[in-house]
Amino acid sequence: MKFKFWGTRGSIPIPGEKTIKYGGNTTCIEIITNDDDLIILDTGTGIHALAQDLLQHMPIKAHILITHTHWDHIQGLPFCTPIYIPGNEFIIYGGKDVITNMGIERALQVQLQQAFFPIAENNLKAKVSYKNVVPNEQFVIAGATITPVILNHPVINFGYRVDCDGKSLFFTGDYEQQFNIYEPEDTEYSEFQAMIDLSVDSLVDLIQGVDALIMDSSFTAEEYTQKKGWGHSSYDAAIELAKRANVKQLFLTHHEPTRTDANLDQIYTELLKNYPDLGFELHIAQEKLEITL
Amino acid sequence: MSQISEQEILDCIEKMPAFPKSVSKIIELTSSMDSSAKDIIAVIEGDPVMTGKILQVMNSAFYSLPTKITSIHRALVIIGLNTIKNLAISIAVIGVLRPYKEPHFDSDLFFSDYFIAGLLHDFGTIVFTEFKAEEFEHALAESSINKSSLYLAETKYLGMNHAQVSQILALKWGLSEVIAESIACHHQNVPNNLLSSCIFTANQIAKQAQLGNSGNPVIEILSAEQIAIFGVPFNELIEELGDISLIKETVHHFIGT
Ligand SMILES: [Zn+2]
Ligand SMILES: [Zn+2]
Repeated sequence: MKFKFWGTRGSIPIPGEKTIKYGGNTTCIEIITNDDDLIILDTGTGIHALAQDLLQHMPIKAHILITHTHWDHIQGLPFCTPIYIPGNEFIIYGGKDVITNMGIERALQVQLQQAFFPIAENNLKAKVSYKNVVPNEQFVIAGATITPVILNHPVINFGYRVDCDGKSLFFTGDYEQQFNIYEPEDTEYSEFQAMIDLSVDSLVDLIQGVDALIMDSSFTAEEYTQKKGWGHSSYDAAIELAKRANVKQLFLTHHEPTRTDANLDQIYTELLKNYPDLGFELHIAQEKLEITL
Repeated sequence: MSQISEQEILDCIEKMPAFPKSVSKIIELTSSMDSSAKDIIAVIEGDPVMTGKILQVMNSAFYSLPTKITSIHRALVIIGLNTIKNLAISIAVIGVLRPYKEPHFDSDLFFSDYFIAGLLHDFGTIVFTEFKAEEFEHALAESSINKSSLYLAETKYLGMNHAQVSQILALKWGLSEVIAESIACHHQNVPNNLLSSCIFTANQIAKQAQLGNSGNPVIEILSAEQIAIFGVPFNELIEELGDISLIKETVHHFIGT
């Protein structure tokens, strides 16, 4: 199994000279199994370049796993050209929204409303189907076993563990570990903390020993104090989780829009300095970076 | 034709249940950026009906979780505050609507002052159907036969129209003057009342889209002032909204389940 980053940016695409190295496109990760099956994690703007690539290999069958429906994770989907070409097939997986009780198909339907996009849904000439994922209910696509798990974010967000060809990968989507909303002196504090610990423990169990952990790490520890509750993790939270789960490699992604290449290089250097004994490979996710597991 | 005094209607309004405290509290807390998670959770937990409903929705959506979600705290750890808030508001709205299921009351759902005004502007008809069903039937029949606006017939048969009754109810429930005022004049064209113009226009859109008509199928014409508010004429406004079938489905999801 190998995977490639096509978008590593959070929130909004950031083109320009300051984001050449790590990339300006929003979240999109391509996974290719040893049997050449294609799985795509999220369809941020990075999918546009991936789609150009896919045009050379038609007909294609793509399994798209959507973590959540925030713009930066779905906005590239209408620009994935093969979706308009007959003979291709797309199977789109995602969670049901508990508020509207509607499945992932809603995301694409909303995007393709005529006020927002000139091409209507019935012009998708590829075969497009949708599948609801349910937390902790494993499913198999193209020889890969997928385990979806619900992870805290302002909307329902799924992390996906992908097991294939004897290798494993986990992508968090956007994730912030719930913090304790009580003060230590509050009576509810310790009970609530126990619940948080329990949910983190079960996440650690799920991703124990994965070959690659790809994690939302938008903030420095200092920034995080101001952005608690925004639904994103810090570099330090990602490292902590990776350590506890004994992962082999950690990829920090969902780069904050104002972060330049120079900033990210500097952050990387500092992290290595602050955590001398990581016990795993640390990487900053970089557009077009391809990893063979 | 029965003559009903204003006092009689006021007495009927008195018999209406209170707007659940937790509902107004949640709407207040969630519309402020700096209310603490602690406060919001406390209000939700203090309302056993709402708590039960949130847990029920979550456990049915996430039936495959290894352990059942048995507390709001547990729910918070899993899905986060934002989704819980949204669920609470949605459930609050259903909670207010559920006890009454009258044929002529169509509920409109959308979110803030607009949301509340949109939600409650026709609640006055509930007072009529609950307590003055016979007179209200006359009013409905007359407006249907004459293809005239219902509120005019209401005034004739009930001495007051539902907009006025909704206003009194809104004030009784402690909602703001702005909301109550906009509700009161949602059938008139009051050029300076933005909220009211929005309710009026939304009603016409709902009729056009066949989302419901609150017993009044006539699509009324927007005034020049209202067109000025939206910057485009009615048909262009509808076009700009695009495909509202998704909104429609969401509305039906709430009302139907
Ligand atoms: Zn994001
Ligand atoms: Zn997000």
